[in-house]
Amino acid sequence: MRLLLKGGRVVDPSQGIDETASVLIEDGKIAQVGRVESGAAIGAQVYDVSGLVVTPGLIDMHVHMREPGFEHKETIETAGCAAAAGGFTTIVGMPNTKPAVDSGALVEYVLSRGGKTSVRVLTTGAATKANECVEMAEIGDMVKAGAVAISDDAFPVQSADLMRRVMEYSRMFDVPVLTHCEDRTMTADAVMNEGVTCSMLGLRPWPRQAEEIMIARNIALAELARCRLHIQHVTTAGGVDLVRAAKTKGLRVTAETCPQYFSLTDQALVEYDTNAKCCPPLRTQGDVDAVIAGLADGTIDVIATDHAPHSLEDKEVELQYAAFGMSGLETALGLTLTKLVETEKLSLSDVIAKLTIGPAKALGLTTSPDKSVGPTTGTLAVGADADITILDTGAKTVVRSSEFRSKGRNTPFEGIELTGRAAATVVGGKVVFGAETLKCEDAKASV
Amino acid sequence: MMLQRKDVLGLQDMAPDEISLILETAASNKEILSRPVKKVPILRGKSVCTLFYENSTRTRTSFELAAKIMSADTTSISVAGSSINKGESFKDTLLTLQAMGIDLFVIRHGAGGAAHFAAKTVQGHVINAGDGLHEHPTQGLLDMFTILEHKGRLDGLKVLIVGDIMHSRVARSNLWGLSKMGAEVRLCGPSTLLPAEVEALPAKVYTDLGEAIDGVDVVNVLRIQMERMDRGFIPSIREYHDLFGITTDRLKRAAPDVTVLHPGPMNRGVEISPDVADSGCAVITEQVTNGLAVRMALLYLLLGGAGNATAA
Repeated sequence: MRLLLKGGRVVDPSQGIDETASVLIEDGKIAQVGRVESGAAIGAQVYDVSGLVVTPGLIDMHVHMREPGFEHKETIETAGCAAAAGGFTTIVGMPNTKPAVDSGALVEYVLSRGGKTSVRVLTTGAATKANECVEMAEIGDMVKAGAVAISDDAFPVQSADLMRRVMEYSRMFDVPVLTHCEDRTMTADAVMNEGVTCSMLGLRPWPRQAEEIMIARNIALAELARCRLHIQHVTTAGGVDLVRAAKTKGLRVTAETCPQYFSLTDQALVEYDTNAKCCPPLRTQGDVDAVIAGLADGTIDVIATDHAPHSLEDKEVELQYAAFGMSGLETALGLTLTKLVETEKLSLSDVIAKLTIGPAKALGLTTSPDKSVGPTTGTLAVGADADITILDTGAKTVVRSSEFRSKGRNTPFEGIELTGRAAATVVGGKVVFGAETLKCEDAKASV
Repeated sequence: MMLQRKDVLGLQDMAPDEISLILETAASNKEILSRPVKKVPILRGKSVCTLFYENSTRTRTSFELAAKIMSADTTSISVAGSSINKGESFKDTLLTLQAMGIDLFVIRHGAGGAAHFAAKTVQGHVINAGDGLHEHPTQGLLDMFTILEHKGRLDGLKVLIVGDIMHSRVARSNLWGLSKMGAEVRLCGPSTLLPAEVEALPAKVYTDLGEAIDGVDVVNVLRIQMERMDRGFIPSIREYHDLFGITTDRLKRAAPDVTVLHPGPMNRGVEISPDVADSGCAVITEQVTNGLAVRMALLYLLLGGAGNATAA
């Protein structure tokens, strides 16, 4: 099975490529990138992708798939469909399901269910048993079953001593620890960013320091434990500074932010919109600017969605009782292209790096386990899995949650216009989204 | 003239001429309260529901009496605790009541924004009777009405609000209302009980009561909740009284004709000393009467159709 993507602008930050080229796929792997001789493409299915951008498949390393336990919010299958439509070829699940993904058996369950979707589904394992933050979970068992990282997302480990052990133990398996940074002693009943808007709305404040204290603590612990640390959803200027300082010091720290944190401020809550309630909360314009600066200077390696689908009844309540989070898989790419590239704050190549090789490196997916072949994902290197996203960077779309593949219709971006979207998504050489929009061509045509 | 709005959710989004209209209407309504037969047929056939998710005696009774004096039919619903722990969601409760033909909802709720939520959910009118830490607009209006009765004006007055500003919806509604009407608002309380970035609000902010009270025409004393001590905001009631309690001695630095307000219920000897509470400068029971007049005015201005207006 051969596939030729002809004449697109190929942007692959992992190899420093940004040029008009063709991509030849054979047996689900990248066979050739550049000028493909017509002989090499004989018998291939040819797609003319001129005018479109061809990138490595996007990786979202922060997804709440909700299964098992919360299938009314999302299933692994619907998350997979949403991912494909959003341009993501790989998604990484968070372990705050019910039961929690805290054992090898649960990891196997998620991977097995993920295998039935059209995208690649990976999972993290919980840092503590049942996410109770009391005892360390069986990290070895989970890694053996295929967990790519350990995370305390949604259940931040408050005990520094326990977090230290989790980090030290994870080092033994060379998996990164993904941390949700929140000092819960400061965020009881908190709804939104502490500041004047919160003061005026009379809501319980979620101070930035609750996030920054934990980022600082986890960096200090990671230095002690000599583990790979990844800071999830950085939202504050102070948090960006802490990560920058840790990197300057040479620590193995990576960081992510999410589109909402460079697209919105706490002003989005002035009408008590429950869809704008997320954790950590939306911050201020100064934080948005700092997060963008952190992306631009490389402090923040990854753009992830923190896709947090919820059912209507979880959000159609008083703001204080509304669930945290937003459905992100189907708006992330458009927001990133609109808020960062169209505004010329980052180059297209830079943002693609944050969505491809950035997460691949943070998760250690850049080398296959047996080290015999080269990188397998986040790249268009020859021999890598043919996971490819084809972007239409000029397409205008209006966010309509009713059209989401995700069960989660909870978006604060309803009705806004975005520039740029996924035209097609290819996983393992198979077009899993957008096939009908691609222009087929006679294979004999010159390339 | 009537209010050109469906709901009264707060004073932050209310225009000065709307506030004036409410206060003027309250003044003419107050006369009804001194009649031997306290009943006017203005809101006959209208249905008012008080839906309270928090305990309250005075606000609820005040709204109910106001509605009854105007001849509206009233229904009272108390939901102990938060809706989330109950079987029925807030939305469903509202829709159920709407289906019973409620024209106006009076809502007290522990969550900020709950009245906004209700206003978006139901077609009938919504009056916010206190939502979390956010606003308590009728308290703000009755406080302004009381001040106006005593001082004859709001413009240019110096009004001090003292106490737990952070957790006070009364403080927020007073702040917005008074500042819109041209008063100088001063906020004073322990630094742990001032909201974040309080400097950005249209008020002067103090932590020293002596400075704050200097020359003020009005002092509005907020109730201090005993639980603030448990959560670590203040070390003791004793120290709170020592630093922020309003006493006769403290009031000497205020204007000679200072007026003292308290939204109630009072903790005598804590935020206000008994001698001040019982003195001639305290207008605390008048506030309660004025609360009726203001709530009657709001019910009329929202519910009274053109056909009924002449009955006033």
